[in-house]
Amino acid sequence: MLTSSIQLRGAWAFIERNFRATRRYWGWEVVFLVYSIVNVLAVTYIAPGTEALTGVGATTDFMVIYLLVGTLVWTYLNGVFDAVAFMISWERWEGTIEYTFMAPIKLVTMLGGSALFSILYGLVRTLIVIGVVSLFFTLNVADTDFLTATIFVLLGSVGFLGIGIMAAALPLLFLERGTQMTIVVQAMLLLVSGIYYPVSILPDWLEPLSWISPATYILEGIRGAMLDGKSVFDMSAELWKLFAVSLISLPLGVWIFQKAVDYAKRTGRLKRYG
Amino acid sequence: MSVLPESNLALEVRGVTKRFDTRGIRIPLPWSKKKGDDKQVVAVDDLSLTVERGQIFGIVGSNGCGKSTLVRIISTLLYPDGGTISVFGHDVVEESETVRRLINRVSVEASFFRKLSPLENLMFSGQTYGLDRETTAARTFEILGRLGIDEAQVLRPLEQMSRGMQQKVAVARGFLTSPIVLPLDEPTTGLDPASKRQVQKFIAELHAEHDATVLLVTHDMAEAEKLCDQISIMAGGKIVASGTLSGLVEQAGLEGGRHGLEDVFLHVVGHAFDEEPEDKKAGAAASDQ
Ligand SMILES: Nc1ncnc2c1ncn2[C@@H]1O[C@H](COP(=O)(O)OP(=O)(O)OP(=O)(O)O)[C@@H](O)[C@H]1O
Ligand SMILES: [Mg+2]
Repeated sequence: MLTSSIQLRGAWAFIERNFRATRRYWGWEVVFLVYSIVNVLAVTYIAPGTEALTGVGATTDFMVIYLLVGTLVWTYLNGVFDAVAFMISWERWEGTIEYTFMAPIKLVTMLGGSALFSILYGLVRTLIVIGVVSLFFTLNVADTDFLTATIFVLLGSVGFLGIGIMAAALPLLFLERGTQMTIVVQAMLLLVSGIYYPVSILPDWLEPLSWISPATYILEGIRGAMLDGKSVFDMSAELWKLFAVSLISLPLGVWIFQKAVDYAKRTGRLKRYG
Repeated sequence: MSVLPESNLALEVRGVTKRFDTRGIRIPLPWSKKKGDDKQVVAVDDLSLTVERGQIFGIVGSNGCGKSTLVRIISTLLYPDGGTISVFGHDVVEESETVRRLINRVSVEASFFRKLSPLENLMFSGQTYGLDRETTAARTFEILGRLGIDEAQVLRPLEQMSRGMQQKVAVARGFLTSPIVLPLDEPTTGLDPASKRQVQKFIAELHAEHDATVLLVTHDMAEAEKLCDQISIMAGGKIVASGTLSGLVEQAGLEGGRHGLEDVFLHVVGHAFDEEPEDKKAGAAASDQ
């Protein structure tokens, strides 16, 4: 059989297994979904809440969309990040990690399968959340350039995966603390990516971090498309920046992951020992 | 298979050494300990052995003497600090992907996605080795049937199975991909006598049917006597005696009566321990799962 079809089958194996396992842990999925939905609602209610507090209502509709886009994109990226960044922790917890690493497939196949699963997982989760949340807010999205929004989300997912893969390498380097560090990375992304506010308000020393987060550009793209009716062409600068960040972060992530696997195999840290 | 040369050497281990540093990543800070304080364990110590194609090669040795570490290096899960290992002429570090296609390891802990069924778990394994779904499913039922696990159990979550049954599924996973070299790390530990025989019979049969080479690590002396063509005794990361059963009895200079592997083991390993320095003994006492 052709090696490429072996790799494809290998990648598919990860998608299928992760899907089945996720389904078996459905109780947790329900919990996470409820949490996400409540979180999206709670954040978005800040907009009408501000109107009630200040008596100023001119920007409320704008703010509802602004916050909704932020919190939904974060829900999606969080789903993608979780599924990729915790793959080592998950395999270690189930105890299968050594068996997975013994399979005669390439590391990129393993990462590719997990990444594809994570994007599907993130999309499905987010669509469910959007479905529920749309019952609470009436939005006028007729003028939205959905194609532009989709292009930003898909390209941005690639860049975000790169960061997820880097975070996934942490548990290979640090047996005990790796997973905790992964969560810190996730939290930092939330702070610097301008999910709920423009990154320009960040302190000067923090703002540069927002430039390397793909989420920053995804949000600029989608908000441009939804709030200002801009097209891809109007936002080519953002698109190029997103492209550049993704082009660097994905190969860099894979490279770091490869190095971390080598390190784990050299020091006996693949599996929790004893 | 094209990756298989005409070689008769299934496994060649040459001067392999593996040390473990028992501390985490070291960031040199002013107050961190000096290098001399490093806690290092020598798990495998300049070890060499060769296994010929088609052999069942046994390794016995006390807890913590480095058996599992050796198996992990052969299985590409650990890099050796020194020395080389090749599987049918393919270096385990340089040609890791080729080697992985040729081998499959079974270890003492079953290791599965426990919410998934044996079929789902093996479906994953089979596909990562390039097997198609139909073949994987058919072989799963066939192998598990031979190991005494019925079809209903193959479809139920693994967490509902006893440890021994899970171990059988682990054995099935090892054989699923038709490996030609099989490092088995205590495959029958924790099985009841009947199940143990079932697995032993299965190993012997598949070995005969498939021209597979087996490296069998075991604490069960009777098992080693029954299955192995050649047995090595390990102590302190080294091989301290090697040969056929009768050869080992002779080497040990045991006289009078009928002596088995256990007598040889106690004789040889007892000696080896007497000669070891104290600090090494302490390291060797820590044991693997
Ligand atoms: N990943 C690891 N990290 C640190 N030390 C390790 C690691 N793996 C093994 N060791 C140490 O190396 C030595 C050999 O361990 P190993 O697991 O190879 O022994 P074993 O012969 O398989 O023992 P057992 O019969 O108990 O399974 C032990 O001292 C053990 O503590
Ligand atoms: Mg062991």
